[in-house]
Amino acid sequence: MSVLYDAPGPITKRRERIGSIIGLVLIVVGLVALVLALAAPRVSANGAEQPGMFDPSRWDIFTDLALWRGVLDGVWGTLRMAGVAAVLAVLVGIAFSFGRTARSAFVRIPVLVILEFFRGMPVLLMMLFILLVFSTGAYPAGVLALGIYNGAIIGEALRAGIASLPRGQRESGLAIGLTPVQTRMLIEFPQAFRQMLPIIIAQLVVLLKDTSLAYVIGYPELLRKVVNQMSNFYGNRYFFSLFFLTLVIYLAINLSLSWLARYVARRSGPRMGKALPNTPKPPGIEGTRAITLPRPRNRTPD
Amino acid sequence: MDAVIENLPTFLRGFGMTLGLLVLSGTAAFAVGSIVAAMRISPIASVRGFAAAYTEILRNTPLTLVLFFCAFILPYLGVRIDFFTLAVIGLTAYTSPFVAEAIRSGFNGVPIGQAEAARSIGMSFGQTLGLVVMPQAIRMVIPPLINVFIALTKNTSVAGAFFVKELFASAGDVINIRGDSVVAILLAVAFFYLLVTVTLGIIAARVEKKVAVLR
Repeated sequence: MSVLYDAPGPITKRRERIGSIIGLVLIVVGLVALVLALAAPRVSANGAEQPGMFDPSRWDIFTDLALWRGVLDGVWGTLRMAGVAAVLAVLVGIAFSFGRTARSAFVRIPVLVILEFFRGMPVLLMMLFILLVFSTGAYPAGVLALGIYNGAIIGEALRAGIASLPRGQRESGLAIGLTPVQTRMLIEFPQAFRQMLPIIIAQLVVLLKDTSLAYVIGYPELLRKVVNQMSNFYGNRYFFSLFFLTLVIYLAINLSLSWLARYVARRSGPRMGKALPNTPKPPGIEGTRAITLPRPRNRTPD
Repeated sequence: MDAVIENLPTFLRGFGMTLGLLVLSGTAAFAVGSIVAAMRISPIASVRGFAAAYTEILRNTPLTLVLFFCAFILPYLGVRIDFFTLAVIGLTAYTSPFVAEAIRSGFNGVPIGQAEAARSIGMSFGQTLGLVVMPQAIRMVIPPLINVFIALTKNTSVAGAFFVKELFASAGDVINIRGDSVVAILLAVAFFYLLVTVTLGIIAARVEKKVAVLR
């Protein structure tokens, strides 16, 4: 975007530097004010004074080993759900993409309707549905709902990947005598999968984030385990500290996964070329996407 | 089925609440997201950094955590606002970075040659942006933006778990009375959600086809 401006001269450069410093000062002042406000002792309605949020008495439980065992339990609960749901989502996605590109309209159209239904409905509602209707526990309900919902999105991505392949791929497959199914399995699908890998991984990061929705249906994932159960156990005093810990753990997991997804996208980047600016949006762009990835270039037949 | 018809007023009230959440937090998220997107292309480095950090942190925080913060931690810290407003704040905070990214990628999507050409025929900064880049960027921004709002529609359901009586919460209420027809009740609720999301999806597809530019 720098092409929009003239190259900055010495005066503009100085102005930018001053602006930058002022901005930095404002941000730091804002953060310090926030921290001070949190650290200030608070007076409750009945006049009793309680220590501020950074008082050692609110953080002393973090030396307790039992707490960390509980935290590990919570992390494990979240990862266990995300891992199984991720495998399920990819499998469901592959199945959906085949159904969606089937030659027979009797398969294609029902699959399309089901896909739209699953994609347009909140995951939370799906979790509740599975929990109540099939009276599974909270864990299977969460895994199934996340698997189906994200599978629907991955399925659309794979379909778009298959659709974006040059026609010649399919034609040459058929021309050398492969059956339509073989062509799809051996020629088209592997290319589509590789092309859509960045989007699939991005969606799996979203899936991990969405496991926290299982909190609502009572599954002991990180948030419920740490904040609710621990603050019941250790006392309400630690509510804020425990929430802060949960937030940090989530950010650590998600940021490192997002970074990994970007790394994979970059690794498979050269093969796919740069993103075309005006290619249609990949269907995986739901708002809950954790990261932005370039859409792979549609290879043009030469 | 009769359970659904009997409790239709409850559902409609919940649906109204959901639409309220959607419109209020959608508008606010659009405003905040535009500002963040503008901050990210600002020439001032610290502003740019702040916007980037804001985007990264909020996008990697689960929505449940954001709403938990609004519904439990803020009151715990002494903030006295009703839960509806708190939910709107939470949804706005969660959605705004996605709006910012949609806008930013739309602007980045305009080939650099367009701006270069405009500059080289002597257009000013304002003319380049207003007459050349903006008209093309808006076309590319609208479909992803609608997708963000579709996701927001679905995300409002999480607010139902944090004391806002919207559609998802109304489903829970009705199930408490009529535990015998869970399937019908949940399908009815799904229908209301689909009403919004599918409509928006059709609009997005229509707009996308209409504004597609051949380059």
